[in-house]
Amino acid sequence: MNILVCIKQVPDMESRFKVAASGTWFEESDLAWRINEYDEFAIEQAVQLKTEVSGADLTVLSIGPARVKEALKKALAMGCDRAVNLVDEAAHEKDSFQIASAIAAFAKEKNFDLIFTGMQSQDRGSGQVGVLVAEMLGIPALTTAVEFAYADNSVTVRRELEGGLRAAIKASTPALVSCQLGLNTPRYPTLPNIMKAKRKEMLEIPVADLLKEEARLTTLSLAYPEKKGSAQILEGDVADLVDQVIGILKEKTAVL
Amino acid sequence: MKALLVGEYREGKLLETTYELIGFAQQLKAEFELFLVASEDQLPQVEAKLYLADVNEAKEYNPALHKQLILEAAEKAGADTIVFIHSSNGWDLAPRVALALSAAQISEVVEIKEDGYLLPACNAKLRRTVKAATGKQVITLQAGAFMPAEQSGAPQVEKLSITATAQTEFLGYEQAEAGEVDLGKAEIIVSAGRGVGKPENVAMIEALAKALGGEYGASRPVVDAGWAPHDRQVGTTGQTVSPKLYVACGISGAIQHLAGMKKSEFVLAINTDKDAPIGEVADVLVVADIKQFAPALTAKLEG
Ligand SMILES: Cc1cc2nc3c(=O)[nH]c(=O)nc-3n(C[C@H](O)[C@H](O)[C@H](O)COP(=O)(O)OP(=O)(O)OC[C@H]3O[C@@H](n4cnc5c(N)ncnc54)[C@H](O)[C@@H]3O)c2cc1C
Ligand SMILES: Nc1ncnc2c1ncn2[C@@H]1O[C@H](COP(=O)(O)O)[C@@H](O)[C@H]1O
Repeated sequence: MNILVCIKQVPDMESRFKVAASGTWFEESDLAWRINEYDEFAIEQAVQLKTEVSGADLTVLSIGPARVKEALKKALAMGCDRAVNLVDEAAHEKDSFQIASAIAAFAKEKNFDLIFTGMQSQDRGSGQVGVLVAEMLGIPALTTAVEFAYADNSVTVRRELEGGLRAAIKASTPALVSCQLGLNTPRYPTLPNIMKAKRKEMLEIPVADLLKEEARLTTLSLAYPEKKGSAQILEGDVADLVDQVIGILKEKTAVL
Repeated sequence: MKALLVGEYREGKLLETTYELIGFAQQLKAEFELFLVASEDQLPQVEAKLYLADVNEAKEYNPALHKQLILEAAEKAGADTIVFIHSSNGWDLAPRVALALSAAQISEVVEIKEDGYLLPACNAKLRRTVKAATGKQVITLQAGAFMPAEQSGAPQVEKLSITATAQTEFLGYEQAEAGEVDLGKAEIIVSAGRGVGKPENVAMIEALAKALGGEYGASRPVVDAGWAPHDRQVGTTGQTVSPKLYVACGISGAIQHLAGMKKSEFVLAINTDKDAPIGEVADVLVVADIKQFAPALTAKLEG
């Protein structure tokens, strides 16, 4: 069985973002980077599946500049067999359609039985790439998976809908599954596996070899939200803060 | 602009979000028609043309077929803009329709701008304004971002015929079992977010809730990790609450969490990150480590 996992490296969301001089993206220096949260669920599911079926081969792919190799190394240490970096210094300027086109071009003749993606990226949150890749390859996309099972060339997924409702759906492989929070608990790479990962294959392909499409979406600007009814901010010594908060609760609420 | 609005219908009922689509089109002053997979006794009250696919044949979930039907309706309507809600239905279908139309997709629109559409970025810490570079566009709207239209009138229905196609098999719905606590009724809720750091610290939040005479709640990652049971979860996929006091402890303020608690009367947030988006709905944001602040506040309240 041939499995592909697509991961994106995103900034730590607790970072202080600064809008870049271009005015359309954020300053990338001084940020800590990590694997998109949803994509860790994708890696974990693929690694679990690999242990269930014999002879599975697991490729992890990421489009982006050299720094994404750190994310790929972690995925290798979690249990992926090989990594592919579609090298793109300007990945942040590509829209979801272009990212999906590059992934689909890579996957095209490789006959992946299953492709795992996250349901959305935390920085862009478009929720498009997974479904687009599946459509481009002409395979079913099963989105928002919170439960996954594989047996006899078919996948069964529980999709999460709104209001506590789930839908069970099934499709034959090849198929693509987009992973939602709660699907599993991603493992931490162990030291021996981190060492082993160093010997695994890391392939680099310039994105231009695979991507021929123009962007369909134009970013006009990126900015901090306009502050609406903004909060009163309290800073300082914890003991003082506690007193201030009790004062405010007494004054402005009826709970104390 | 000519818009086709893709309404939502589930378990035999028209969903209220359908009126948010209409509200959006009205705000844009766009001409619009609707598309719906539904039964004839559950149609939206609106004075507009409606392309209807019978749910008994088209089924509530069958994206390959629904895509085809939407494309057919879009063609008949002469639509250049197809609009969905950014929901489990919308984010599943929209990219399929966008690709088939060679259209740009604009996801999770929160506001209409003069030159484009405003979207959240980086967990809602930033906002991005975008526009389509293509002749046609597919848009998904953040649930709750647009005022629902008033319900009045009746649609002119055109039924679509159905040619069977499917890539997936729908096996059925499952409802998460109801929990033991009804946070919806609580007057004071203190919720633990991922910022509490580890499972043992949830007890700290529980203690604070008790000292304040309320219930404790949790954000989704805390529940997903098994640190708190599901009936404690606040948000779109958990409970919707409206207490007199909501205390958000180490919660960033993602839209899906806010959707569940933004009707609270008074919101106190404790967060190490001054820029955390929870600040947009909080009355007071205390910049502190919850591991120090929560026990100190509890002690003072008890003392
Ligand atoms: C379809 C869908 C449905 C969802 N439904 C829900 C839902 O129902 N409910 C829900 O909550 N989420 C839901 N989510 C998830 C949501 O998008 C966020 O991922 C989630 O709300 C984040 O939880 P959090 O704020 O606890 O964690 P994070 O976003 O990781 O935030 C942690 C916060 O803690 C702060 N912090 C860190 N350390 C400390 C410290 N020592 N002291 C104080 N503060 C600290 C950080 O600054 C940060 O702001 C859903 C997502 C999707 C896609
Ligand atoms: N640059 C990228 N490289 C590899 N996979 C990606 C990239 N961007 C997005 N993806 C995948 O597509 C999913 C959805 O992303 P998005 O459409 O940007 O919300 C992510 O969770 C990833 O699995």
